[in-house]
Amino acid sequence: MIRAHVLICGGTGCTSSGSKTLQEAFNKNIADFGLEEEVKLVQTGCFGLCALGPIVIVYPDGTFYSRVTADDVKEIVEEHLLKGRIVERLVYRDTGTDEIVEKARENVSLNDTAFYKSQKRIVLRNCGVIDPDNIEEYIAMDGYAALGKALTEMTPEDVIKVVSDSGLRGRGGGGFPTGRKWALCAPNKADQKYVVCNADEGDPGAFMDRSILEGDPHAVIEAMAICGYAVGATKGYVYVRAEYPIAVNRLQKAIDDAKEYGLLGKNIFDSGFDFDLEIRLGAGAFVCGEETALMTSIEGNRGEPRPRPPYPAVKGLYNSPTVENNVETFANIPQIILKGVEWFTSMGTERSKGTKVFALGGKIEHTGLVEIPMGTTLREIIYDIGGGIPNGKTFKAAQTGGPSGGCIPASLIDTEVDYDNLVSIGCMMGSGGLIVMDEDSCMVDMAKFFLEFTVDESCGKCTPCRVGTRRLLELLDKITDGKGTLEDIDRLENLCNYIKQNSLCGLGQTAPNPVLATLKFFRDEYIAHVVDKKCPAGVCKNLLSFTIDPDKCIGCGKCAKNCPVDTIVKTDYVAPGHKLASYKIEQAKCIKCGACMSGCKFGAITKK
Amino acid sequence: MKSLAELKAIKDRMRDKIVIREGANDTRVVVGMATCGIAAGARPVLNAFVEAVNNEGLYEKVTVSQTGCIGFCQLEPIVEVFEPGKEKVTYIKMTPEKVSEVVEKHLKGGKVVTEYTVASAN
Repeated sequence: MIRAHVLICGGTGCTSSGSKTLQEAFNKNIADFGLEEEVKLVQTGCFGLCALGPIVIVYPDGTFYSRVTADDVKEIVEEHLLKGRIVERLVYRDTGTDEIVEKARENVSLNDTAFYKSQKRIVLRNCGVIDPDNIEEYIAMDGYAALGKALTEMTPEDVIKVVSDSGLRGRGGGGFPTGRKWALCAPNKADQKYVVCNADEGDPGAFMDRSILEGDPHAVIEAMAICGYAVGATKGYVYVRAEYPIAVNRLQKAIDDAKEYGLLGKNIFDSGFDFDLEIRLGAGAFVCGEETALMTSIEGNRGEPRPRPPYPAVKGLYNSPTVENNVETFANIPQIILKGVEWFTSMGTERSKGTKVFALGGKIEHTGLVEIPMGTTLREIIYDIGGGIPNGKTFKAAQTGGPSGGCIPASLIDTEVDYDNLVSIGCMMGSGGLIVMDEDSCMVDMAKFFLEFTVDESCGKCTPCRVGTRRLLELLDKITDGKGTLEDIDRLENLCNYIKQNSLCGLGQTAPNPVLATLKFFRDEYIAHVVDKKCPAGVCKNLLSFTIDPDKCIGCGKCAKNCPVDTIVKTDYVAPGHKLASYKIEQAKCIKCGACMSGCKFGAITKK
Repeated sequence: MKSLAELKAIKDRMRDKIVIREGANDTRVVVGMATCGIAAGARPVLNAFVEAVNNEGLYEKVTVSQTGCIGFCQLEPIVEVFEPGKEKVTYIKMTPEKVSEVVEKHLKGGKVVTEYTVASAN
């Protein structure tokens, strides 16, 4: 009889930090100690604390081990699983001083950590709990009960009404009311209608949808079938990028299992409703995350957007009425059907209900995946859940929404995060990538980074986006090279507005956002680049110079050895108290790589 | 899948296999599994508890786990039962046979089996 479960994270993050070898080590050690009949090993989806991976959790006590290596496994099996003694040195402990953390420190359970306490996991409820490859574990957690309820107890109109009343809005970033989308599609008559799931998550730094598909694929399948029933569609496609192999494999296994159990296919729950689902792999073009380009790509054509209207609800995939929702949006649906409107609307703010999943990245202690109720402040996300900024640095801004989004400066850290608040400060929710920046980040450089991305990813169909974004990038290059003028800043702003107004699809319409947001909140940094020819954060190479303080330099010569372009030379000057002559950097040949500075043990080299 | 009953049957069958991951229940049965405990036969006792709790359908209420040396090595195998709002009960010199009695009378019936408790040792 099984008395303990060992859960090993099999998400992308922990897989790349070695969770596969852990599984083998556990299997071997469990066998060596003769515990096969007593301990069960389970591979789950993402637990969220990717920075501390690979993660292992032992139930029933919920002990949370982080950064486990294969060498630690024998100790966990022998001490914890056999003898019942927790391996203290591997247990994750919160760092910090506030009360919640102090209290959590006494416990070892995952759910008591500050990282988890402030979260509300609805979409991620099964991630890190069930084995995503086991349909019966999903069913044990009330899986497919919502589909059963919808098909046997509700009319399609009832389903749409519940989704509408819940106030659920599109989690892909736009925030369009999901219920209204379904209601627009439902009355349209056609031989074949479609449900499409947009899993073409393309923002740099975003991994929410990927983690949901890896950790709880059946939730998306169930929701798509419910949507099909509500709008009268019998065929669905999940469009997911081929570069998400774990997600694709688990989703395919989940679809196959659902078909075998009769939860997809003909006459589901004896209701007369048929629903079939297929995966379509995307090749990774960012524009295919735009709904019309995505459908063009499913049809087998080059992924380019088409003008709207007509909207997909009227003329979508193969010119048929189509509902397209994002992975996270779908993952909310079964819970809403099961637990009801009142439960869902009890979370969130006036106009944004429920929760939002964010992928925390950048300069933050707990890189990972979190789910918070709408209306949580940015401060809580970054400091309480995210653990703050590493190395004692100061928070400068958070970038949301990737290449389509904007940034929230430190002065607005108490903003309650929901769709409308973010729009009102000139930002956007986006799909959930949240990149944290500290004092060492240059905002002009950040805008340039995203522009480089959109220039690469512009499909080229319309001129404002194809040509406009490239001109924007050239202007930013000029500014970061120290050749910009004040007029260039105005030109930048005008061009941004032009591209926004005239581009065909969302990619172009939002591409200037990173520039506009940084201009709004960090205009002084742009001005420093063009007027003072300085990069205040010390990032833009052409505006930097490295210098050696001759009085601190002991003349060891390490910098000269490290220099890849041999531009550091010995001088005649010997500082008082030193035996050897100091070095200096010939600026003309310097490539500003910083190798000299990082190698100097005496703090003699500075960057300005 | 033809009916909700069919779905529920799978759920019921799977429930006891997954409930353990929802974290510890209010009532905890803790078996001392240090070297002394194991030598005295704590493993069959632990397994007997796990089995009995499952078979009696108590898994939503009772968590069975282990601990290290409780300190009374000559009285091992020792089992402690924690219930919310009640005094901790310590059973000593446990055997799989005694386990079924404790599960039946104490965990199900709410009545402490005093003849097996540490108080009876004197």
